Amino acid sequence: MTTQVLIAGFGGQGVLFAGKFLAYKGLLEDKQVSWLPSYGPEMRGGTANCSIIISDDPVGSPIVSNPDVLLAMNLPSLDKYENEAVPGSVIIVDSTLIARKLTRTDVKAFYIPATKMAKDMNAPNLANMIMIGKMIKESNAVSIDNLEDAMKKVVPAKKADLIGVNMQAVMLGYNY
Amino acid sequence: MTDKVLMKGNEAIAEAAIKAGCRHYFGYPITPQTEIAAYMAKRMPKIGGTFLQAESEVSAINMVYGVAGAGYRVMTSSSSPGISLKQEGISYIVGADLPALIVNVQRGGPGLGGIQPSQSDYFQATKGGGHGDYRLICLAPASVQEMADLTIKAFDLADKYRMPAMLLADGTMGQMMEPVSIPEVTAKPVDKPWAANGTKGERKHNIINSLYLKPEILEKVNFERFERYAQIEANEVMYEEYMMDDAEYCVVAFGIASRVSKNAVTEARKQGIKVGLIRPITLWPFPKDVLNAAADKVKGFISVELSMGQMIEDVRLATNCKKPVVLCNRAGGMIPSPEQVLDSIKNLAKEVK
Repeated sequence: MTTQVLIAGFGGQGVLFAGKFLAYKGLLEDKQVSWLPSYGPEMRGGTANCSIIISDDPVGSPIVSNPDVLLAMNLPSLDKYENEAVPGSVIIVDSTLIARKLTRTDVKAFYIPATKMAKDMNAPNLANMIMIGKMIKESNAVSIDNLEDAMKKVVPAKKADLIGVNMQAVMLGYNY
Repeated sequence: MTDKVLMKGNEAIAEAAIKAGCRHYFGYPITPQTEIAAYMAKRMPKIGGTFLQAESEVSAINMVYGVAGAGYRVMTSSSSPGISLKQEGISYIVGADLPALIVNVQRGGPGLGGIQPSQSDYFQATKGGGHGDYRLICLAPASVQEMADLTIKAFDLADKYRMPAMLLADGTMGQMMEPVSIPEVTAKPVDKPWAANGTKGERKHNIINSLYLKPEILEKVNFERFERYAQIEANEVMYEEYMMDDAEYCVVAFGIASRVSKNAVTEARKQGIKVGLIRPITLWPFPKDVLNAAADKVKGFISVELSMGQMIEDVRLATNCKKPVVLCNRAGGMIPSPEQVLDSIKNLAKEVK
């Protein structure tokens, strides 16, 4: 099985970090993985997206144009990628930031107020991980087991105290 | 579980270079390869090495020239416009027969171009670039693992043949993360009796120079250098074949283009088209023999490139134009999609029966 994931939003939402977590989760499950950021001249702000492929077979092209799973973290991202997702794909929408519903009916849509939920748990930067939790629930890309192993790989040692809150955010999204 | 870690291609190059014994890095930041410099800036001071951000690419390559002359493993990295600036220094390093590693994580050109991935420095990397008769050993990684493995290989080949080697990657390869395990290097450093590293009063001076005012001598030096090139062409060619056993059509692609092409080849096979892929890993020496042999079996070739078509000339030369060679390309920082390559395969299969 191969899952092609696209996470899209604006800079600062943790799009790349969320993707890296997902890729490590796949790696720790002995899957083949790739992670490719869109890179632009800006360091902050602007659009950010990230292609992650998790597969049982070697990954060919690391570029995801037609995702099996799309995480849309702002409206421009949904506008841009909604029609690129494959039929039957999972599309997860941050409904705090995106007021509209999907126009397509041939995909599985999930609306989760991730940004509001993150604020409510007093961790406004963790909407990304809430979205990842929901994504793990609704797709078969990776398992929910042993989350912390992957989290330890992506949260730098200096910030190890943030592992717990990141885990909470993932579980909050997973159980939404 | 695995001992592999996720690393960006750029970081894998830097760590592999350190493992290979490189303790001297000179560079100047440019997207999309800045992570190499950043990694070196962090690591080199901790392991007794030198990281130096030069005032320009020209300066950096001449620092490489100096350290290479002293017999130490040394590298620089940049992206397309910066590599153009280094060409004079590269030519001097070649002229002085010194080993060094130059990494080019290509972006779109010409001029300042853009910052998105490209393969349009193929001519520059494989046909010269600077002035004079010369070649660079040119390696083209197609995965983060190869970014590491071929960095080590490049240092070894450069030392073995006393010449600079170039790792020719692109923005995608530099920016993407994949699982990688950085190999431990156990080989002993090559003896460099020619190095200008102090006579200790025990031997004559070694002179590092690229100036030969007597044409007879300069001619001889050139001929001798090309004898080494002939050995490299005979012994160091590397390539990967994918589904070529019964192939009727052959895609030729390197780096990121080969990754995209693999998807297309796999899909075309599902649709009943017998197509395979030859991926040059060494761009110089170019895998001429395997392509020439393939030309006797297949009906046509497709060169897939992130350029206006540069490697395609080498494919035509290698195959002596025995079979048609068509181009499938994007340029300026755009990447062909697997669908575009698949369409190209289907068209070729339709037109050349």
